[in-house]
Amino acid sequence: MEIFVGYGNYTIALATMIGIYSIMALGLNIQWGLTGLFNLGIAGFFAVGAYASAILTTSETPKHIGGFDLPVVLAWPLAMIAAAFIAWAVARICIRLRADYLAIATIGIGEILRLIFKNEQWATGGTRGISNISRPFEQLPGIWAPLAFLGVVLILAMVAYWLAERGRTSPWGRVVQAIRDNEPAARAAGKNVETFRIQGFVIGSAFMGLAGALTAHYFKFVGPEATDPLQVTFLVWVMLIVGGNGSNRGAMLGAAVIWTMWSASELFSSRLSGDWAHRAPFVRLFLVGLILQIMLQYFPDGLMPRQRQITARLPRKPTIDQPQSSHILPPF
Amino acid sequence: MKDIVVPQSKAAPPGTGLSIKGISKSFGGLRAVDNCSFDVKRGSITGLIGPNGAGKTTLFSIITGFLSPDCGRITLDDVDVTRLAPHDLFHRGLVRTFQIPHEFSKLSVLENLMVVPANQPGENPITAWLRPGLVREREEQVFQEARNTLAFLGLEKVCDLPAGNLSGGQRKLVELGRAMMSGAGTVLLDEPGAGVNPTLLAQLSQMIMRLNSERGTTFCIIEHNMDMITSLCDTVVVMSSGSVLTQGHMSQIKKDDRVLAAYLGSSAVRALQ
Ligand SMILES: Nc1ncnc2c1ncn2[C@@H]1O[C@H](COP(=O)(O)OP(=O)(O)O)[C@@H](O)[C@H]1O
Ligand SMILES: [Mg+2]
Repeated sequence: MEIFVGYGNYTIALATMIGIYSIMALGLNIQWGLTGLFNLGIAGFFAVGAYASAILTTSETPKHIGGFDLPVVLAWPLAMIAAAFIAWAVARICIRLRADYLAIATIGIGEILRLIFKNEQWATGGTRGISNISRPFEQLPGIWAPLAFLGVVLILAMVAYWLAERGRTSPWGRVVQAIRDNEPAARAAGKNVETFRIQGFVIGSAFMGLAGALTAHYFKFVGPEATDPLQVTFLVWVMLIVGGNGSNRGAMLGAAVIWTMWSASELFSSRLSGDWAHRAPFVRLFLVGLILQIMLQYFPDGLMPRQRQITARLPRKPTIDQPQSSHILPPF
Repeated sequence: MKDIVVPQSKAAPPGTGLSIKGISKSFGGLRAVDNCSFDVKRGSITGLIGPNGAGKTTLFSIITGFLSPDCGRITLDDVDVTRLAPHDLFHRGLVRTFQIPHEFSKLSVLENLMVVPANQPGENPITAWLRPGLVREREEQVFQEARNTLAFLGLEKVCDLPAGNLSGGQRKLVELGRAMMSGAGTVLLDEPGAGVNPTLLAQLSQMIMRLNSERGTTFCIIEHNMDMITSLCDTVVVMSSGSVLTQGHMSQIKKDDRVLAAYLGSSAVRALQ
């Protein structure tokens, strides 16, 4: 019986983190897969969401600002808005940069945000972070508590998927993918490239902010280490590339595969003994890097390559119904 | 086909058309466009010819807002449009095609065309999420327009292929198709005939003529195919080394020794004579 509870808890924890990382991978897919924006500051937007929700939901304490005591149904959307707002401010400045320069700029932004959270002790609790964050349904007995929270995460992940997928197959998704493929042609087609890019960046970052908020409530704690760029940013990128850049289902599958491996590698590395034990952190990263290498060699498009048809299916008339081409004047 | 929806033609209001006044542009030390002035009258089909490197494409890029001129003025129906962004000019009914096809390589051919039309409510992400009915209604119109345009261009068979997989000539047609989907009143075509087979080229000329006479669409066409220019254009502007050499009717242009000299080099012309 004991052992089943143990496995059950482990599986629930695994699924919860997969759900949270799916939301981030979907956000990155909107930014990179669809809009072609190279964001290496994922951890920063994740942290904004995590701290925003933590500050908004905790009770009055001298350790950090707060005392708002908001319920999560308000705090989570506000956390998304906070991440979206930061993304908007960043995008206003950086969005015209070429992909590689944008990557460098976003590394910088992520690092600035991390240093702010680490050093502005009055607001964020500094290195001690923010604890005593409530987790929805934690008062339920036994295994029901994590199970109910998992349910919330999975529902939100499905909503995120639905939004991402409807976005991808909509005229909006068509335009951002056109911009990714050929920016001058998109300009020639009358599209305001900057506006669409900012939208893609902001929407993707809002997803990352939600994932941050969920993580803070799941661990009931957020601190500078919990938003480690190496782990968060690196893992989400690997998830998207392994799952299939450009594909929302691929992003979710990638999150499941990579988080399972990451988690399993922890089990493995925690059994390392003696000299090897302190090498565990980089051994884990090395393993993930190895998986990425193998994937890129054998499945360069990921496990689930981008779906070719982006436009939501419209009724195709049989060709007999097609007008004789010489009789109609196309719609100039 | 009663369900063809023709976008409001922006060509309808009579105006003076496109006017280029004293445009210059240098790249480093190279004066690619040098004090160019000419008019593309509303309702005309104007040819723009000249040897390679004359600055024709650069001039198109300046007119459509892709490059900013060093000096000079561009007006569209007497409104100053110098230095406006390409998307602003698009909404004022001025579009261009690219000499080297610029397709959206991972989008299907159909989607390449469906991107173009203006007034698509689904281009707003909030509307796309919350108002699927509204989005779908417009999608169906845009879809029909794109299908009709592809049928005209003979690209129905490849409509679901990624545009990046097409041949050079087919990509050229997609380029043209996107211009056709714009509903613009003034269209700048950069070598539309290059790499397109002769049969289709004849159809293309016919289509340009019909659009011009039935819809009043104004064209400015860069083209090396002189038969096409002769049959289509009322006025021909000849550019050489960045400046306008001469302009007029093709019959006069053909007699002009300076034009021949620009194409062949003056020594070759002397040798011929
Ligand atoms: N972006 C650029 N940078 C530097 N030189 C350019 C650029 N674009 C065009 N040029 C030069 O300007 C001149 C005119 O080019 P172009 O307008 O393409 O000529 P055309 O279309 O008449 O063949 C050429 O000498 C070309 O090399
Ligand atoms: Mg050219």
